[in-house]
Amino acid sequence: MPDQVTIDRREAVEHLLKNRGDMLVVCGLGSSTYDVFAAGDHHANFYLWGAMGGAIMIGLGLAIAEPNRQVMVITGDGEALMGLGSFASAAAQKPNNLSIVILDNEHFGETGMQKSHTSHGVDLAGVATGCGFNSSQTIYDYDALNAFARLRNKLNGPRLAVIKITTKNPPRALPKVDGIYIKTRLRQWLGHQPC
Amino acid sequence: MAEKKPCEWEEDIFKALKKAGVSQVPYVPDAGHSHLIRLVHDDPEMSPIVLTTEEEGIASSCGAWLGGKKSVLLMQSSGVGNCVNMLSLITNCNFPFVTIVSMRGEYGEFNSWQVPMARATQTSFEMMGIEVMRCNEAEEVGSTVDAAIFAAFASDQKIAILLSQQLIGRKEW
Repeated sequence: MPDQVTIDRREAVEHLLKNRGDMLVVCGLGSSTYDVFAAGDHHANFYLWGAMGGAIMIGLGLAIAEPNRQVMVITGDGEALMGLGSFASAAAQKPNNLSIVILDNEHFGETGMQKSHTSHGVDLAGVATGCGFNSSQTIYDYDALNAFARLRNKLNGPRLAVIKITTKNPPRALPKVDGIYIKTRLRQWLGHQPC
Repeated sequence: MAEKKPCEWEEDIFKALKKAGVSQVPYVPDAGHSHLIRLVHDDPEMSPIVLTTEEEGIASSCGAWLGGKKSVLLMQSSGVGNCVNMLSLITNCNFPFVTIVSMRGEYGEFNSWQVPMARATQTSFEMMGIEVMRCNEAEEVGSTVDAAIFAAFASDQKIAILLSQQLIGRKEW
């Protein structure tokens, strides 16, 4: 483990979503949602503004529903910790098209930068390994990050990457907060009509 | 522990799920749902999703619908309180939602620890904007599930069906 964390959260998400193709993206509330929006709005993004702890399970339901498309969940350490049981539930399903990315600044960024469990040694990649993810790793540099992003089109999931990011807090980039709009445009993009 | 005998109304639930094309069935197990869960596992067109806690199934059901698939969540009454905040996902995004809840703690219950959540089950759903339907008789189960699934997926309604403990039978100790 290097002494100094250098990866910037916005740059990390930009790298992950560059040339994303028809990949579906679910992002956890708070900074992860802002990062995904800042990388470029897309109809295939499902932005969360609440439902903390639910991002991975939304991604799982979507991955099972759309087995021929890649699904990426991008969330933070706090959101992932609230849904720790979903590591087990996702792993048990073995969805080969699901990737989970945890942007880990080891703090609760939205609420005053209190230290999270990962700053006290909790190893989320280790949890995923223990749950039976096909691959799981902690990323400290852009080379490893880009190598992970290149795996995007391979059906060898479920994969999990914890990306250690700096605590730098970029300006908020706010997508629409209207959940019905966000849901409906993603469904329509996939060809599903409203009721 | 003795296996509960399969009941016809469990078959009726399964038939209603099949008729509507429900393909994802997340669940936290309960004896009241045990035969139904087995039927789901035996069906190659269905994905049973075992959960660690009930609110996971709310989130996975929303994910399923984003991808155009129907999901019905199974749980027992003791798990309903775990769901409260996650139900905001349903109401904020106006997702269709059906859950089938087996009741404990309301009729001849030996384990009093089941009682507080049983008493709060209906209120917990209603305060979060979920309509509650209740089945007391075996004959009404199939048609109630059928009606709830239709309303949910045809017009984005949100419905919890409570299967009364009188219907399921008292747990033997």
